[in-house]
Amino acid sequence: MSTTFIEGSIAVAKTVAVSRPHVISAYPITPQTHIVEHLSELVANGELKSEFVNVESEHSAASVVLGSSATGARTYTATTSQGFLLMIEVLFNIAGMRLPVVMTCVNRAVSAPINIWNDQQDSMTARDSGWIQLYAEDNQEASDMHLQAFKIAENKDIMLPVMVCMDGFVLTHSFDPVELISQEQVDKFLPPFKPEYYLTPKNPLTFGTLVGPDGYMETRYFIEKTMHASLQVISDVAADFHNQFGRFQGGLIDTYKVEDASLVLVAMGSIIGTIKDIVDELRAKGQKVGVLKVRSYRPFPKDEIYKALNHVKEIAVLEKAVSLGYGGILVNEIKSVFYGKPKTPKINGFILGLGGRDITVDTIHQTIKETVKASSEEKFIGLNEALIGGK
Amino acid sequence: MRLDLGAIAKAGTSKANQTGGWRNFKPIFHQKKCNSCDLCRIYCPEGCVTMIEKKKYTVDYAYCKGCGICAEECSSSDIEMVVEEK
Repeated sequence: MSTTFIEGSIAVAKTVAVSRPHVISAYPITPQTHIVEHLSELVANGELKSEFVNVESEHSAASVVLGSSATGARTYTATTSQGFLLMIEVLFNIAGMRLPVVMTCVNRAVSAPINIWNDQQDSMTARDSGWIQLYAEDNQEASDMHLQAFKIAENKDIMLPVMVCMDGFVLTHSFDPVELISQEQVDKFLPPFKPEYYLTPKNPLTFGTLVGPDGYMETRYFIEKTMHASLQVISDVAADFHNQFGRFQGGLIDTYKVEDASLVLVAMGSIIGTIKDIVDELRAKGQKVGVLKVRSYRPFPKDEIYKALNHVKEIAVLEKAVSLGYGGILVNEIKSVFYGKPKTPKINGFILGLGGRDITVDTIHQTIKETVKASSEEKFIGLNEALIGGK
Repeated sequence: MRLDLGAIAKAGTSKANQTGGWRNFKPIFHQKKCNSCDLCRIYCPEGCVTMIEKKKYTVDYAYCKGCGICAEECSSSDIEMVVEEK
């Protein structure tokens, strides 16, 4: 292993490259990132023996990885924002056909209005697609998560696609020291992909065939059941990774100073780093605060979250997405964790950072103050009052 | 079929799924005015119309969904769509 000062996208590309994907497909123009750009360079330079398929849209990119995965190939794609939305029809098909594709969703806002900056509205839109969704805190985790993703997806008891979500720009375009893993080490961690069923002329099969009212519901039942089974696999794979590489960024969740905390902030993605700094700062002043990172958003680890937070008095959920017409998404799932339990903490939800709105230390301090002060509520934070007609 | 693995089945499911049960209207080939133009066979989206001999066609009702395209395209108005009664 060697530590390199490297852009997040390039670190991910290098990790995907050592995962030995047979097929990579991507739409080569905006919205896209350096991830597939770098992978295409590696293929063009002969440094990576993969089939790189340039296509005419993200719908086709997803279709190419679907088809190639069905032939037993290890496949990868990446997209973001509008491109992600265009993929969605095929994403449901990939999950429905139980194909262990790995993709990176670089989290960016969706139109309209046109906005290319970071938030998590794109991947949250595909929350119910049957993809396992993991959210990375920093570039080291984003990079490592891809290796784990292939191992989780291709587990014979899982066979579901995995989406690694990483914040656009905040991670993808930032330079960080990242420990890259060598080919030899990856080969020890990630065995070759050998699916039970795959398309071959020797044994003609149909994937995702017509299933009427007599069987469709069962296909959904099996995915739901597998999602629950994947909770253990995600934890196990994180533990395996820890054993082999010495790094642990959490399994289903990760916690920081939560054990004795009375107030805990809950979030996903790169914002966790900023919150940890604030936790340290407030701890130095004697305030008992902590942070819980939701690493696996689908499957949603209800039990682990309850175990970690059942002693807490106040919870602030910070999220970069909104279910328009309902409110916060993650906050309501956190609330559901406590339904029917003997003690329910006060849970406040904050929607922030949409379309790249800066999330500063002050923004997070404000969420803590509001949580302490107010009764349970959900609100946007960091709005520009001048733009919405004053106070 | 493996429903637990995303409905993976042996190839040939189009044969196994007999879609004739979806039919509301059934094409009746009167074969009185038929001029063997072959349009019914060519346009059938299910490929279930077959010419047995000149001016004589047969429909595989196990797969015919009753879309009515054959009756619409018939150049001599020799095909009638009748309500399916079961």
